[in-house]
Amino acid sequence: MKYEPVIGLEVHVQLKTATKAFCGCANVFGSKENSNICPVCLGLPGSLPVLNEKALKAALKVALALGCQVRSFTKFDRKNYYYPDLPKNFQISQYDMPFSEHGSLDISLEDGTKHIRIKRVHLEEDAGKLIHPEEGADSLVDYNRAGTPLLEIVSEPDLHSPDEAYAYLTDLKLILQYLDISDCDMEKGSLRCDANVSLRPAGTTGLGVKSELKNMNSFRAVRLALDYEIRRQEAELGDGRLVVQETRLWNEKKQMTLPMRSKEEAHDYRYFPEPDLPPFVISASEIEEARQGLPELPKEKRGRFVASFGFSDKDAATLTAAKSLADFFEACLKLYDNPKKIAHWLIGPVSFQMNSRGQDIAGLRLSPAFLTELIDLVETGKISQLAGKEVLQEMLESGKPAAKIVEEENLAQVSDAGSLSAVIEEVIAANKKSVDDFKAGKENAVMFLVGQVMRLSRGKANPKTAREMLIERLKA
Amino acid sequence: MNLHTLTALELRSRLDRGSVKPQDILADLRGRYEAVEKKVMAFARPPSFEYRDGAAAGALKGIPVVIKDNICSQGDLTECCSKILKGFVAPYDATVVERLKKSGASIMGKANMDEFAFGSSCETSCFHPTRNPWNLDCVPGGSSGGSCACVVADEAIVALGSDTGGSIRQPASLCGVVGMKPTYGRVSRYGLVAFASSLDQIGPITKDVRDNALVLGVIAGHDDRDATSAHMDVPDYLAEMEKDIRGLRVAIPREYFVEGMDADVRQAMMEAKAKLESLGARFGEVRLPHTDYAVAVYYIIATAEASSNLARFDGVQYGLRQTGGSKDESALVGMYKETRDKGFGAEAKRRLILGTYVLSSGYYDAYYLRASRVRRLIREDFDKVFKEYDVVLTPTSPTPAFRIGEKMDNPLSMYLSDIYTISVNLAGVPAISVPCGFTGSGLPVGMQLIGRPFGETDLYRAAFHYEQGTSWHKQKPKL
Repeated sequence: MKYEPVIGLEVHVQLKTATKAFCGCANVFGSKENSNICPVCLGLPGSLPVLNEKALKAALKVALALGCQVRSFTKFDRKNYYYPDLPKNFQISQYDMPFSEHGSLDISLEDGTKHIRIKRVHLEEDAGKLIHPEEGADSLVDYNRAGTPLLEIVSEPDLHSPDEAYAYLTDLKLILQYLDISDCDMEKGSLRCDANVSLRPAGTTGLGVKSELKNMNSFRAVRLALDYEIRRQEAELGDGRLVVQETRLWNEKKQMTLPMRSKEEAHDYRYFPEPDLPPFVISASEIEEARQGLPELPKEKRGRFVASFGFSDKDAATLTAAKSLADFFEACLKLYDNPKKIAHWLIGPVSFQMNSRGQDIAGLRLSPAFLTELIDLVETGKISQLAGKEVLQEMLESGKPAAKIVEEENLAQVSDAGSLSAVIEEVIAANKKSVDDFKAGKENAVMFLVGQVMRLSRGKANPKTAREMLIERLKA
Repeated sequence: MNLHTLTALELRSRLDRGSVKPQDILADLRGRYEAVEKKVMAFARPPSFEYRDGAAAGALKGIPVVIKDNICSQGDLTECCSKILKGFVAPYDATVVERLKKSGASIMGKANMDEFAFGSSCETSCFHPTRNPWNLDCVPGGSSGGSCACVVADEAIVALGSDTGGSIRQPASLCGVVGMKPTYGRVSRYGLVAFASSLDQIGPITKDVRDNALVLGVIAGHDDRDATSAHMDVPDYLAEMEKDIRGLRVAIPREYFVEGMDADVRQAMMEAKAKLESLGARFGEVRLPHTDYAVAVYYIIATAEASSNLARFDGVQYGLRQTGGSKDESALVGMYKETRDKGFGAEAKRRLILGTYVLSSGYYDAYYLRASRVRRLIREDFDKVFKEYDVVLTPTSPTPAFRIGEKMDNPLSMYLSDIYTISVNLAGVPAISVPCGFTGSGLPVGMQLIGRPFGETDLYRAAFHYEQGTSWHKQKPKL
């Protein structure tokens, strides 16, 4: 039998508010253990939570960006379970009245887009972190993370392949980055993803028994874990066995999912309304204010780039695939009114530098002013395209402006016949075959010779002048 | 001198005149403590009689205050009279403590209480039971039994208690002192170790109504650290309560005057009613039809919240930590089980198990959810009454102080001693217990005045004028 996978994703994202969700402690990653703590986030006897309005504002932005309906009347609930990283042994979360629900996300696939429904987005607090030192039997707890505002974004089971899940995560992360509400760094744990997956006979609409996958530390791991789990479930069903509903952990080393000990998942969370935080109203004006504050989202930006600048869908997607890159593009545009050239440079040489250095645009030693100055030098013929790339490389190394590099490295384009003729003679002497080809009527052979002139001149030669001189010389 | 027998306001004028120094008050309190504490056992641990002079000067400058052992004060043990909080030193001041200190008061020590405020007799304290100063074989009531006993025994000038289902008013009644449970949200709960968050309030326990109004005026008011605290101005209770009570509309609920009420209590109530009438109050009978459900609703909601609030006492961060457990469980689970088994007393365990049960999957709707709905009906009963009346008069407790040990084996009969006070917490309204007589055997009887939300002024007015016309509050136990 052929099976169709049914996948739903639960994404947790830490909000990068200045302070924690329910107290005034700094909300930062990487501080010394237990340095950002107070009676409230430690859950000390007598302490009480007070909602950080900024966390709610950030949460509202996400809900609206995902097209969710915002509940005007909402509340927090307590999720009760025992674990040493949870100071109160309950988590302040939202249960039956999440502040927003019924949204959607159009994900981009190879063959178009697909509409994925979002079930709910709710606000809760993060737990602390257990540390297991290599020496000694004791475990330690770092409570710096306890009380960090956390959004839970739950999709409907509308995804049907690991690739769709991957695309969903990529597009969701992009939106979150555009909203500038989270670092979205899976390695630091500011973005986390659990997946529910089940199989059903292809063509049917029911839901099979699902397993819940946890412990994936990258989008890639989510895709691999789903891949593995789908094959595992297929094998189970194919052999006439049943899939057991369980939580399974992705094991990165073994590249497989393994069941969690059943004891660890036998939870009755005993949810009930959090009595320390009265139910509250999100007013129409607060929602409107959040809506007004929404930035242009990736989809809109892509559309505008195509419509305004005549970019291809692919180029628009590349330029908007990181908000920092799109912002850089637009900053360049303010200084230099040639969108196509800027896009050409960003998608070409600059992206090449980002990839080879493993940096995003912000990590490069490059400002919009420097890049546009360089583009201008090329476009006005002061240096060749080839020399431009060399200047870019040098600029990123030294941080010097383009004009200074051109001067120091003597890279200014050479167009006068006197300076070029020696190089041309040398190229003709050294490339007899191409010269013969040209003479035999293969006009294209001249391009190879131009390339050689460029190489010998370290890119300084004006290729147009070089070509004209070569043709004149060979036809003579 | 006998400064320990005076009220805070009486001491205030002597302090202001310079005829008395704060150290003199503490010296007299020390003498009194040494003389009577071994009989009363009102304190959780020995208090400090050193004068800690804060820079602040306010209404309580130089007045020592005793607080219940569930209120955090920085640098002091705060153990809720439970073994599980053994050695817990609060690293911060509760808002009420901060406000007391700001008004010049000094925190003298911590009063005994039922463990985590679970009880009506002060017998569930992990330290020792407190005794009723009027009859040392009797309980002082609870859970703020230590706070009430030390005030009536003149071991304290004023004290703070907390009230979740009657824990200030019932012991105030049994000890013959004035105890106020303010409107929910009137006083910040920040720093009060939570029993049931939606019911708890801190309130003053004092020798007379004036002192009570004085202390509430200091501790009341909005607090940014408590999301349930109200954005309401604090009236000048002391000035407002002087206004006479002619025309004050007082309701007597029929449901509260039925069988089970002690004859002496009934008699005292009738006399109190007559007194208030003579002062110009107008009486009428009303119905509070959902009263019968109050105890059941309370023991579902209060225990549910408690089971979650007390989950944090697990041996990880502070307090008692025990290790152990069986072979087939982790060291972690072993620590949880042993710590909670050794740390909590029998009544605490009973309530935590009950609270865990009513929130459990499959039982939530039948218990917690239904109780929450009935709670709303109870609140609406009061809303209706307060459309036509200013104050409701009831006994505070159906019986005077009972004997130590009498009800320990029968939790249900213990729970019923809060039958008149519980509805008030469920409805979130304020209520005060005021001494209104004595039984034939010489035990105090208290009357309860219940007000509309933020109607503390009406309560103080009625209580103050009643007190002015009686002398019950001036009687002292022979110790």
